[in-house]
Amino acid sequence: MRHLLSTADLDSAAAVHILDTAAQMAATQSREIKKLPTLRGRTVVNLFFEDSTRTRISFETAAKRLSADVINFSAKGSSVSKGESLKDTALTLQAMGADAVVVRHQSSGAPHTLAHSGWVDGAVINAGDGTHQHPTQALLDAFTIRRHVAMAGAAGAGAIGQLDPTGRDLAGLKIAIVGDVLHSRVARSNVLLLRTLGADVTLVAPPTLVPVGVEAWPCRVSYHLDEVLRDQQPDAIMMLRVQRERMSAGGAGGGAFFPNPLEYTRGFGLDARRLALLPEHAIVMHPGPMNRGLEISADAADSPRAVIVEQVANGVAVRMAVLYLLLAGDSAGSASTAGSASTAGSAGPRTADERTAIA
Amino acid sequence: MSSGPVVPNDPSSMVPVERPAGTGAPGVPAAPAPAPGSRLVLGAPEISRALTRIAHEILERNHGGADIVLLGIPTRGLPLAVRLAERLAAVEPELVAADLVGSLDVTMYRDDLHKHPTRTIGATLLPPSGIDGRIVVLVDDVLYSGRTIRAALDAISDLGRPRAVQLAALVDRGHRELPIRPDYVGKNLPTSQSEKVRVLLTETDGEDGVFIAGRQGAETRQSAEIEESR
Repeated sequence: MRHLLSTADLDSAAAVHILDTAAQMAATQSREIKKLPTLRGRTVVNLFFEDSTRTRISFETAAKRLSADVINFSAKGSSVSKGESLKDTALTLQAMGADAVVVRHQSSGAPHTLAHSGWVDGAVINAGDGTHQHPTQALLDAFTIRRHVAMAGAAGAGAIGQLDPTGRDLAGLKIAIVGDVLHSRVARSNVLLLRTLGADVTLVAPPTLVPVGVEAWPCRVSYHLDEVLRDQQPDAIMMLRVQRERMSAGGAGGGAFFPNPLEYTRGFGLDARRLALLPEHAIVMHPGPMNRGLEISADAADSPRAVIVEQVANGVAVRMAVLYLLLAGDSAGSASTAGSASTAGSAGPRTADERTAIA
Repeated sequence: MSSGPVVPNDPSSMVPVERPAGTGAPGVPAAPAPAPGSRLVLGAPEISRALTRIAHEILERNHGGADIVLLGIPTRGLPLAVRLAERLAAVEPELVAADLVGSLDVTMYRDDLHKHPTRTIGATLLPPSGIDGRIVVLVDDVLYSGRTIRAALDAISDLGRPRAVQLAALVDRGHRELPIRPDYVGKNLPTSQSEKVRVLLTETDGEDGVFIAGRQGAETRQSAEIEESR
């Protein structure tokens, strides 16, 4: 793994390897001393062309917990507002010696361009590009689901955290992704990743918020939330934010996509009544920031089954894992051994061979 | 893993009297076969005896097992720590083996991360008592450059402040690159740096045995070493 641009690039073994690594990272975050010396001397640049609170802070925290130096760059207040191009910005960062560039951009494909243009040598991590992909969000969602639900069948919902989910995928789980799928990179990343991990994904949205070409996605589509909740009994329900800033063409309130917010809430909002339809062990997720009262009611957002705050905490662990896997190894070797990262796990991290190679 | 030339097995090692019947020659065990030309230098009975001796040495040196915590370094230090704990508990009945053992992963503290493909991170699990004020005995399979132990010392200092840290290794093969010395050694095994020492344990590899493979350069010294171990 050289870059992390899309969850489409991850096969099941690679994804499970990231989740397992994240689990070990999460374990270190409950210690008194949370900082690890692993990426000492490495530089991570957060290149954010779009507003973000939790993703940027999460990446910054993850990099700092691994002792990397972090440079934050946001388009506002930089030369980008004077008209500097992505290329020139990237070349500037390259001259400063960035080992990894975490990029969020309003245009789909910007991280791909950055990774394959030769403008920067370091690893490129996609932190959200347009309506395309947000792979670390999908990974943290999968991590949260695995931690809560994947073990529930084996141990009962009460024994969460008692059993070790290491090495497990999400085979057989049913997950509903509800809301503004059209504008959501989180949904796209999650559909691909959760399917790769063996889960059964259903998208629920009003027809106007379902993208063209969705029939090619590896998932089911429904226009009726109540039916999905009643008939499928999903193990996890992921509410998407209604992205009104991307609906501006339709006028205030997203007029072009649904008649009014109240009607959207009636049809697709998660409230106490719908919460009661979910099975006992199901969890409620939201990538944030939430529009309380629109796609999710306060009852649902603050219920004990909501893991929304935990998702944020897991985000740090998952991003630590991604930074570790991209930056810690020999950069020449890791490019060619992307697939073998998971196979090496079976032999253990420290074989006699490696030990001899140290000398 | 066999960088050296393939050499016929030393005939004496083909007759491993200490191995249980039916397990086959040392050249053809189950999964992670030692390279052709590798020789068995410690069999299961010797490993068992060495661990029993180390367990007694730990109790002697620390005047009992009251404050002992055994931290195994994954992958193969951990089963060794578990075995040592069982032996400590067998000698001192008031000890509970499961409460003595922890696992200490040092991957993220290594100084050679950027020289290798990315390593898989193992689990760090401390016993319920924690390590503050206790006597921590680090347990590893092979002591070589000492860099793993340096990383382990860093990892420990992030986890707490033990009263003392001691080091137990099943095999000490020399060639230290740092001022680190073991407190308890199963077997001193003089080697050349071109040779490879491979420890197999039932828990991870399906059988017990310490094998050595490598070039013929240090052969004379090696055969002497094997004779001595018999």
